Amino acid sequence: MVNLEVNLKGLSLKNPVMTASGTFGYGEEFDDFIDIDRLGGILVKGTTRHHREGNPYPRMAETPSGMLNAVGLQNKGVENFCNDIYPRIKHYNTNILVNVSGSTIEDYIETASMINELDRIPAIELNISCPNVKEGGMAFGTSCVSAASVVKAVRKVYNKHLMVKLSPNVTDISEIAKAVEAEGADSVSLINTLLGMAIDAESRRPLLSTITGGLSGPCVKPVALRMVWQVFRAINIPIIGLGGIMNAKDAIEFILAGASAIQIGTANFIDPQVTVKVVEGIKEYMIRHKVQNISDLVGALEIQ
Amino acid sequence: MKKLVQDFEVLHREELNDEHFTLEIRAYEPLPEIKPGQFVNVLVENSTQTFLRRPLSIHFVDYEKNSIKLYIKRIGEGTKKLGTLVSGDKLNLVFPLGNQYSIPSSSKTLLIGGGCGVAPLLYLAKHLKEAGNEVTTILGVRSAIDAVEMDAYKAYGRILVTTEDGSLGDKGYPTQHSILTNENFDYTFTCGPEPMMKAVARYAKEKNIPCEVSLENTMACGFGACLCCVTPTKTGNKCVCTEGPVFNINDLTW
Repeated sequence: MVNLEVNLKGLSLKNPVMTASGTFGYGEEFDDFIDIDRLGGILVKGTTRHHREGNPYPRMAETPSGMLNAVGLQNKGVENFCNDIYPRIKHYNTNILVNVSGSTIEDYIETASMINELDRIPAIELNISCPNVKEGGMAFGTSCVSAASVVKAVRKVYNKHLMVKLSPNVTDISEIAKAVEAEGADSVSLINTLLGMAIDAESRRPLLSTITGGLSGPCVKPVALRMVWQVFRAINIPIIGLGGIMNAKDAIEFILAGASAIQIGTANFIDPQVTVKVVEGIKEYMIRHKVQNISDLVGALEIQ
Repeated sequence: MKKLVQDFEVLHREELNDEHFTLEIRAYEPLPEIKPGQFVNVLVENSTQTFLRRPLSIHFVDYEKNSIKLYIKRIGEGTKKLGTLVSGDKLNLVFPLGNQYSIPSSSKTLLIGGGCGVAPLLYLAKHLKEAGNEVTTILGVRSAIDAVEMDAYKAYGRILVTTEDGSLGDKGYPTQHSILTNENFDYTFTCGPEPMMKAVARYAKEKNIPCEVSLENTMACGFGACLCCVTPTKTGNKCVCTEGPVFNINDLTW
């Protein structure tokens, strides 16, 4: 028997497969397709202090081997999450993580402290990297000083596992990772989407209402892998790797690069059963390579 | 209604004209109940250019053959690839998705379709007839050659045509058909280009009759996870894939 269990600095996962926020709704959307309890964890939709309508349509454009989105954190706000959504989903026998976003530090503090009260939410993922909101969002995650200041403020009010989601839209991601580690982050997840754009040459118009949006899918995988590898060498807290994972082979690549766990995002749109297939695929890989514990593969890239 | 991910086998591709074709696909498992107005999300494999699934209206369901018919217009890479499938090929579907058109009873119903927007209307006509309604369908097309599958519609009621060039039926757009001024209807249902659906909505508002439209939006997932396909409504942004694709015009901001 292979051991897929992962310990992320106190947060224990039955396997390394999680879902990426914004691609998995609140889990319920996938009930028809999979048994969510088989996953290591789910990251529910980005949640903000107040209700957000999100950006105007069109919010999505297909690109070669990927897609751009500009959803803009559409959600009904943290109170609605705590009162209406949480009671509906807390029965899942997996780790439910809430992705917390905000426009100001006060927003993050308020939202994180409300989530802190929910028994069945063992961790939050601090989103300092959303490229689709005008104020705050990614701006917090693109400088060491502002990233550190949000993490420091949230750390004071949030006493469970604090995961911080990093933006790839920076010069040196490992510097940001070090800054959030220094302020008490328990883990980092990377990468959020890459800022991109798409144009319709015929109409001379942008394809997204916001002109620019976040690029995801297999087209970003090489960038994501490189960043996981860089950050792995820079920090000591666990890394959750994501960016274009479509199958178990991709997931293993991220683990070899240094990720202790992985998130599956855009692939959920194409195959709503992909997550459980990746769990099975990782198991199969471990048997084939005679790996006892998944943790033995973390950062096990052989350079020479 | 449980949503499924399943492989289907292509039974038959029928070319209707240069642009349009139907694809009849058979499920390996017994089909679930499929409502008129619902859609499927189809995987177009082996192309980096068609990364996401293609949402397509369900044109018809044949429970005896355990098959679904899709009505497709060749527009981009995805639909062009679907237009090369042949009998025996596999196609992976996420289905059945979306809500449905309302089915009144003992009413005089008017269905108006334009372009490839006619796709969901045939299956709707069947359900309306079975519920005891009188069905009139107006197909708005460019030219006589685009007026396809007329006999199929005839099985469920009256079929009328408008052509932009006047080569068949009334000349003009479907909302300019003489029947709209000569007769009264109790319900309208429409699917097609947005300007046409908006014209149908204006007609329905003038006549003070219910009108349901099926909206088309670019989608990633098709089941409410990505929040990409929203449309503004009087009660905020709604997902076309789960809260639609069928909307009552009174709920829209049109």
